[in-house]
Amino acid sequence: MQAAAREAPPRKPVPWLLPAPAVLVAAGIFAPLAYLILRALEAEPSMLREVVLSPRNALLLWNTLLLAGGTVGGSFLLAFPLALLDVRSDLPPLLTTLVGTLPLAIPEYVGAYAFLAATGPGGTLEAVLGVPVPRPSGYWGATVVLSLFLYPYAFLNLRTALRGVDPSLEESARSLGYGPWMAFSRSVLPQLKPALSAGGLLVAIHALGDFATVGLLRYETYSSAIYLQYSAAFDRTYAAWLALLLIGLVTGMLWGEARVVRGLRLARTGIGAQRAPRRTPLGPWRWAAYGYALGLGLASVGVPVAVLGHWMLRGPGTEAGIAEALTGTLRLATPTALLAVGLALPITYWSVRYPSTASTAAERVVYFGYAIPPLAFALAVIFFALRTAPALYQTLLLLVVAASLHFLSEAIGPLRAALYQAPPRLEEAARSLGYGPLSAFFRVTLPLLRPGLLAGLALVFLSAAKDLALTTLLSPPGYTTLAVRVWGYASDAMFERAAPHGLAMIGLGAAAVGVLIQTERAR
Amino acid sequence: MRENSVAVGVRLHNVTKRYGSVEAVRNLTLEVYEGELLVLLGPSGCGKTTTLRLVAGLERPDAGEIELFGQVVSGSRWVPPEARGIGLVFQDYALFPHLRVAENVAFGLRGWRRRQAMERVAEVLDLVGLSECADRYPHELSGGEQQRVALARALAPRPRLLLLDEPLSNLDAELRKRMRAELRRIVKGSGITALFVTHDQQEAFALADRIGVLSRGRLWQVGAPEELYHAPACRFVADFIGEATFLPGRVEAHAILTELGRFPGNGLPEGTRVELMLRPSDLRLVPDPEGPGVVVDRHFRGAESLYDVRLPSGVLVRASLGESQGLPPGTRVRLEPVSHRAVVFPVE
Repeated sequence: MQAAAREAPPRKPVPWLLPAPAVLVAAGIFAPLAYLILRALEAEPSMLREVVLSPRNALLLWNTLLLAGGTVGGSFLLAFPLALLDVRSDLPPLLTTLVGTLPLAIPEYVGAYAFLAATGPGGTLEAVLGVPVPRPSGYWGATVVLSLFLYPYAFLNLRTALRGVDPSLEESARSLGYGPWMAFSRSVLPQLKPALSAGGLLVAIHALGDFATVGLLRYETYSSAIYLQYSAAFDRTYAAWLALLLIGLVTGMLWGEARVVRGLRLARTGIGAQRAPRRTPLGPWRWAAYGYALGLGLASVGVPVAVLGHWMLRGPGTEAGIAEALTGTLRLATPTALLAVGLALPITYWSVRYPSTASTAAERVVYFGYAIPPLAFALAVIFFALRTAPALYQTLLLLVVAASLHFLSEAIGPLRAALYQAPPRLEEAARSLGYGPLSAFFRVTLPLLRPGLLAGLALVFLSAAKDLALTTLLSPPGYTTLAVRVWGYASDAMFERAAPHGLAMIGLGAAAVGVLIQTERAR
Repeated sequence: MRENSVAVGVRLHNVTKRYGSVEAVRNLTLEVYEGELLVLLGPSGCGKTTTLRLVAGLERPDAGEIELFGQVVSGSRWVPPEARGIGLVFQDYALFPHLRVAENVAFGLRGWRRRQAMERVAEVLDLVGLSECADRYPHELSGGEQQRVALARALAPRPRLLLLDEPLSNLDAELRKRMRAELRRIVKGSGITALFVTHDQQEAFALADRIGVLSRGRLWQVGAPEELYHAPACRFVADFIGEATFLPGRVEAHAILTELGRFPGNGLPEGTRVELMLRPSDLRLVPDPEGPGVVVDRHFRGAESLYDVRLPSGVLVRASLGESQGLPPGTRVRLEPVSHRAVVFPVE
């Protein structure tokens, strides 16, 4: 569709309803952080020196960076061929989509637990092969396991980017004498930079925030140290400092990513519609491609489900506690998803319809809230609650609010994409036909946002259901969820008890991923 | 000059609209008479779409007043778009993708009784020739069909005023020509007042009762197409509408002396330097081996050709000739004015 050369974009007054939630969200994110800083400043200078300048701290930093780097590399290594196959080959797209997104249903620590339960003496593989397989542990164990369950983030970003690549660029390169591989690497790869940096950032954020998986696999990072300090030590100041340092590290990464993306000129110039990328028939390579996709799917989804199934059958029927844990998860994840999407809608609408420095800043703040490792955020919320509203401390309400604020960013992406499909022109047409502004929004725009709303709900629900950090630190005493149970049992190597909870989580997760895949097809 | 007894549908009075430091519309004063089809014509960025949006109420003016059928809608009062009784047709149609054609058309009929609404929808779809498409979705229709649905949707609630923002620009040339005729038939047939925006001259000539020429936010002239063509009020309009050559001349003894002969003076003081606007059809091109002019270029236009002829002074003149005489570049010619009536602009 060609739009006329319009005069400068209209600077309409923004209805105050739109920025208001953004202000609330920003307050909700920064206020706890302020209290975290206050708490940390209570430390004695001697302890400060001990914490910040100690060799232990250097070791933690090194470990953490190494893990982030390794995980990002591993994720892209796994995701890139898959994304290429999905967009550019004639492999059935459903297969690649499933392999690329289903692992999201499996929390990384459940994956770690599954691999632990599969290996070692008494493990599933021993039962199958007759020989004990060595347990994954340490750096390589953690990197491989995390990559295996975090690669969907890389996959989704790469796939979107590859889909958006204009085939006529490659064709121009070919006409100018470049062979197929050269044409690809010169014209397509550079366009993947934003996806690489955005996807890489996302993977790194998750790797940095993880304490459960690395705990199970015996690898020390900042997050695992924070958790140890918080739960074991009486003095929380050390934990506060570790949290601050971790936040500093993440902020540095955010800044770095922004630098990389800034100034990239990749939008298509020229008129006419862009064609979809051409799919190459694989021919004899088909079998290798199938093997790769199926192998990956097996490793990331098949193996955990099989192992958990095996342990559940072995166990003495421990489904008793499941109902309680399941209820706990639902009581947390459902309101969190609804609140997050409810807050994300006005923020995204504001940002898309009335773009300004303020609205961009709001989105950055929301993303920052997401990037902050959940343990650090939970700690900040605790300090904040204890000082300002002690009655809220350890209530479900606080947990739901904290989780909504933290995962809000996940709802913005799909809403934003859906809003672009519902241009303001449609609302203007409705206005000219007699509908007031709110009426026009509800009758015209909202129905078109449905896939985006559902996708946002599914994503936040999934993240809240998988969450351990916020739940462990903020939930009311005695409150339990599937996540807490799985991790608790797995940490104590009570694999049979953990199995049904793990399977229930995967089931919930698979349902959410199913909704996600459906909404995508609806667009 | 119109008599004051003709009713005014839309009146803009000294309307100004700024975007940042840019004045998209400057002190615009314009009247659209009831029942007329007025076309706003101008190059991109001239402010015509902004003007339309101001009349629709989708933008608020920074200064000035807008009246619709005698009622102030912008200025001392503000009436929102949904209460102005207008029909809007956008360049990209803006059909609701989640509704069928019939539902799109019925969208503005909120509050009508079901039977009446259905009858009206059928009536209007029949008017635009799309009765069989009532159950389809917009994405199943071609560009021309979508455009007609957009028109039907705008007309269904029987608005007082129809606003059209370059609705034909997204159609290919052949379809455009056909739709123009259809559009005029439908609009004039319903007696509605209409304001149509375009940058295409041919379109303006084919559709308009009157044309308003805009550039850089200012209205330069309003009048019937013939008026604009033969009696442009200023050099911009003369240049913008149709082909024009500007021939330098000087006033001498109550006549204007030019390279191509003498033209009647029009009362300007002795010695004034002027420019004469000549349309290609105002000059007769005659091959003459002793002629002063040399053919420099030829533009084949089918039924006729346009020739660029260089005069001894260096001025380039455009003249037209029927196709039976194709003249190659380099031919010497003389140019004879067909009549001695010309539009004169004093040189600033």
